[in-house]
Amino acid sequence: MTAPNTESLRAPVRAPRQPAWRTQAPVVAVVALGGAIGATARYAASLWWPSGPGGFPWATFWINVVGCAVIGVFMVVITEVWAAHRLVRPFFGTGVLGGFTTFSTYAVDIQKQLDSGHPRVGLAYLAATLVAALTAVWLAATATRRVLKVRQP
Amino acid sequence: MNWLLVIAGAVVGAPLRYLTDRAVQSRHDSVFPWGTFLVNVSGCLILGLVTGAAAQGALSSHLQLLLGTGLCGALTTYSTFSYETLRLAETGAGLYAVANIAGSVTAGLGAAFVGVSLAQAVWS
Repeated sequence: MTAPNTESLRAPVRAPRQPAWRTQAPVVAVVALGGAIGATARYAASLWWPSGPGGFPWATFWINVVGCAVIGVFMVVITEVWAAHRLVRPFFGTGVLGGFTTFSTYAVDIQKQLDSGHPRVGLAYLAATLVAALTAVWLAATATRRVLKVRQP
Repeated sequence: MNWLLVIAGAVVGAPLRYLTDRAVQSRHDSVFPWGTFLVNVSGCLILGLVTGAAAQGALSSHLQLLLGTGLCGALTTYSTFSYETLRLAETGAGLYAVANIAGSVTAGLGAAFVGVSLAQAVWS
């Protein structure tokens, strides 16, 4: 360990910041497990609610909006209220919710709409997902803070 | 079988996102979430390639599930993107929040177009 030194802030800080592989392996494992659960749920939703060419991709839309609402609640609870086990956030936040929501399908679906002569659907989907997802995360975080503040003595 | 392919892709994609994000975030001092930005744009490029190749008949539906639904789906994230945008807005970095939204959507969509065009050029 080197002594704390403000002059060295610009120096490479990788070595002391990066914990040993031993502490990282369980984190990577729970991220993989959570990711598999989230992706399975997303695949199930896409089978249950398929969208044809030129149609609005409702399944992916709701997956992303719901995932954003849930992360809004989860992050407030885990960073401001509950001192959870160190694997809870990587498992649920990074793994399950990260594996459930998707940015690539969102972008490629818009590309498909634009490419197949459905620019209105594509642009509506682009804007609607952005507005709904960002509103969902903001509303969920705000509401969670309010509820928990009321409960605290 | 299909479910196992999605799971196999996700088991690689999600940790790849986590490790890439850590590596990127430890290498810059900015408040901009470059880690998530990078995985999202890369995932759009790969899914564009996969989708383009599948449209040309060069990729089986099984590989599409493994690489597209599983790997790219788990590699990219909308929840972390929106949460990090919210945090930027809440901490007074409103311009960064706007830049993250505009940049992620523009670069992601651009990468998707590039991926599909590349695949069409290669497998036409």
